[in-house]
Amino acid sequence: MAEQTAPRVTGGIRDDSPRAGGPAGPGKPDSAVVRDALGVGVAVGLSGFAFGVTSAGAGLTLLQTCALSLLVFTGASQFALVGALAGGGNPFTAAAGAFFLGTRNAFYGLRLSQLLSLPKPVRPFAAQWVIDETTAVALAQPDRRSARLGFTVTGLSLYVLWNLTTLLGALGAEAIGDTAAWGLDAAGPAVFLALLAPMLKTATERATAGIAVILGLGLLPVLPAGVPVLVAALAAPAVLWFRGRRAQREGGTENRAGNRTKNRTEEGDR
Amino acid sequence: MNGTQVWIAIGLTVAGCYLVKLIGLLVPAEALERPLVQRLAALLPVALLAALTAQQTFGTGSALAFDARAAGLAAAALALVLRAPFLVVVGAAVAVTAGVRALGG
Repeated sequence: MAEQTAPRVTGGIRDDSPRAGGPAGPGKPDSAVVRDALGVGVAVGLSGFAFGVTSAGAGLTLLQTCALSLLVFTGASQFALVGALAGGGNPFTAAAGAFFLGTRNAFYGLRLSQLLSLPKPVRPFAAQWVIDETTAVALAQPDRRSARLGFTVTGLSLYVLWNLTTLLGALGAEAIGDTAAWGLDAAGPAVFLALLAPMLKTATERATAGIAVILGLGLLPVLPAGVPVLVAALAAPAVLWFRGRRAQREGGTENRAGNRTKNRTEEGDR
Repeated sequence: MNGTQVWIAIGLTVAGCYLVKLIGLLVPAEALERPLVQRLAALLPVALLAALTAQQTFGTGSALAFDARAAGLAAAALALVLRAPFLVVVGAAVAVTAGVRALGG
């Protein structure tokens, strides 16, 4: 799951920005919200095939594969886990990589909690659907009613399809046997690349990705399975620290957020 | 890795991934709204995805390997540059990898 639609959590509070007189006007028709939501839900839900095949190819049983899609339900973490297990990592390092990839959902939840303002008893159930796609659709809506509808329809369609296609993919992989002969071992890394590409917007992201690749590959032969990817994750704080230092040296006037117009107005006060 | 270990990994991932989703909905906004935390949260997936892409393309167990998967990933990258939909990107990688293997690459 989670691809070009992945929202940027780092931006300003987009949903709070005044849109008075905007093209959306007061309330968007429900049918338009449902259409948007189903478009995302169906397109991404179908990619559960790739997960089912990859997971079965990695040696997981049908039950294990389906349990992951039913209970984890965040694609990048699922692919990371089965990849790490296939690589022979121990269960703890394998789960740690998947967990760190899943942490971004906490930041989506934060935005959604303000936007949807769900009743407390509903939150533990809604939480399972807090992922890239539902956040992207909900944040794109003009008001709370549409956001709730978009979140629900995207979540439901994606959850149902993702699990159905996971099952079919795993069954299909068992039927065809040698998944590598069909090139299906390339599906996992291709999914990661498709998730990564839209994130590489500035030099900061590219530098982080470059360092992570060097660490991930360079340490692969020398550290236990699953550990190199965790070390590679340190590229993120390292690059931030380095940029922070450089910004300090340059007097701290540089607008590092860049994409926030609000910052530009505050800039003069500093 | 035996079945029990796989289930342990699945159980840990299920619990961890659900909890981070829930935390976002439950904690007060200020706790996660610090700019440094937000920036780190945005950059962490970049590092993880880049490392995972590289490892699953050029790694076999704990050894490095250059094989048909590299051609498949190049096809996926090309599809991404051409702004192809998600499924086309993955399909291109699979088809090209299979093709190169069939040709003995």
